[in-house]
Amino acid sequence: MNQRTSAQLAEAPATGQEKAGRSVVFDVRDVSVHYGSAPALVDVSLQIRRREITAFIGPSGCGKSTFIRCFNRTNDLIPSARVTGTIEYHDQDLYAKDVDPVEVRRRIGMVFQKPNPFPKSIYDNITFGPKVNGMKVDLDEVVETSLKRAALWDEVKNKLKDSAYSLSGGQQQRLCIARALAVDPEVILMDEPCSALDPIATSKIEDLMRQLEDDYTIVIVTHNMQQAARVSDRTAFFTAEVESDHGDHRFGRLVEYGDTATMFSNPTDRRTEDYISGRFG
Amino acid sequence: MATTTQERRVTPVHDLRSSRRRAVTEQMTRAVLLIATALSVIVLATLLIDILRDGAGRLSLDFLTSYVSRFPEETGIRAGLTGTLSLMALVALMTFPIGVAGAMYLEEFAPDNRFTRLLEANINNLAGVPSVIYGLLGLSVFVYILGFGRSLLSGALTLTLLVLPVIIVAAREALRSVPREIRDGGLALGATPLQVAARQTLPAAMPGILTGMILSLSRAIGETAPILVAGAIAFRRADNEPWYPLEAYTAIPIHIFDFVKRPQQEFQIEVASAAIIVLLALLLLMNSGAIVLRNRYSRNR
Repeated sequence: MNQRTSAQLAEAPATGQEKAGRSVVFDVRDVSVHYGSAPALVDVSLQIRRREITAFIGPSGCGKSTFIRCFNRTNDLIPSARVTGTIEYHDQDLYAKDVDPVEVRRRIGMVFQKPNPFPKSIYDNITFGPKVNGMKVDLDEVVETSLKRAALWDEVKNKLKDSAYSLSGGQQQRLCIARALAVDPEVILMDEPCSALDPIATSKIEDLMRQLEDDYTIVIVTHNMQQAARVSDRTAFFTAEVESDHGDHRFGRLVEYGDTATMFSNPTDRRTEDYISGRFG
Repeated sequence: MATTTQERRVTPVHDLRSSRRRAVTEQMTRAVLLIATALSVIVLATLLIDILRDGAGRLSLDFLTSYVSRFPEETGIRAGLTGTLSLMALVALMTFPIGVAGAMYLEEFAPDNRFTRLLEANINNLAGVPSVIYGLLGLSVFVYILGFGRSLLSGALTLTLLVLPVIIVAAREALRSVPREIRDGGLALGATPLQVAARQTLPAAMPGILTGMILSLSRAIGETAPILVAGAIAFRRADNEPWYPLEAYTAIPIHIFDFVKRPQQEFQIEVASAAIIVLLALLLLMNSGAIVLRNRYSRNR
């Protein structure tokens, strides 16, 4: 079963490209996420395009992190989480019964809010992915190219055997990006990748994202509107609504999705305008 | 509202001297805590000094290399020393894989259902069962039903049962202390849950697991009741050591028990104390081994 699944997933890009001129990587329709019976995110539909940076912004509690976790099925790891609606990855339903979440995560990498290198050497951090995926590659070469792509090579090339914990926070986050690149994914999901970093480290990560855009599809969650404006091609704005049925529980809804430049200069929805002009959130 | 603000008593700003009552309470609490700590240390120190004074004179290389004898000046604990060492080696060999596998299942893979909770409750309770009960279990299951007889293997299996729950609890604790982010990071790279557990979580938990392992072994090394019940013999004056798991054996605690029961004062006090010193030295050695192992693993991160 696994083999068939991976073959399907591997062939998928070609068919996707034929269908739409500028191909759609993810087609999300009516997705809702519930934790137990409480909704976290309701009725989201949008498309994420290939080799673009898509940003999810919105106030806390708006479900943007929950949403990004749907794309590599990380929500599966939370027993009470339930995802409804469809997310198609190159025309294939990500939540179909015969799809193996492990295969999904090989193609859709993720970088987390807090840098989370493994308690091992820099070298071993990079090689873990290729090793567990059984990639027949020259590991030294993968380490070098991944670190170069993540703009970290020059800083660490002489201490590859040192512990990843000896790096600064910003370097650790770039190591985590390099680690994700090492398995050659098509998509990289970034869940507030700069929220634990200082402005200098943040700007390095942003530069890096713009370079990676040529080869990868990037989805980023950020609470920093300026960051979304600086790096992304498209922006989705989510808002948190209060539902009194579950004791003033907050859940998210998509308000507006579109071209970043347009959205920041000329938003169509009043709530978007209020948020980006700093009137709330 | 305005009146309450006016009536509120404000601590005088000019008085910054320490309150006498608070200082006294502080001092007294500290004294009580110190006494509690000192009490346990004093008891241990008294015990150690007493044993060292009684037994140090008997200690010699001969004491370690001769077998038990009727004469206090000729007796030694060679059989018990080799017995205890091989017992510990066997127990370590059996408990480590089983204990780690059990802990890994419960911590990383077990679904959260009634069966799992039953398992957990059982293991936690087993860790508190008196050790002599394990001896009786070992006697009936290993010695008689499985027919291993009064052998090293029966003793090792009995002690394995005794320490296994403790090791599982300690290993689970160590696995639980590995941050969630490590697992998330591994899974996000397309590793299977088993690959993440085996290659990231387990190595990260290893220092804790090893510490727990050695500490529970050092509890097992001093156990007398279970192996006495499950067939350790008091005398083993054979010319050969128990090289085969199915041979009869004895252990240092059994020697001590035997020496204390003898009529001669030299055996009761001096020889028994000397054997206790050897046992304590082994314990110390194991505990320092735990520290060395832990440090070595921690350095690699």
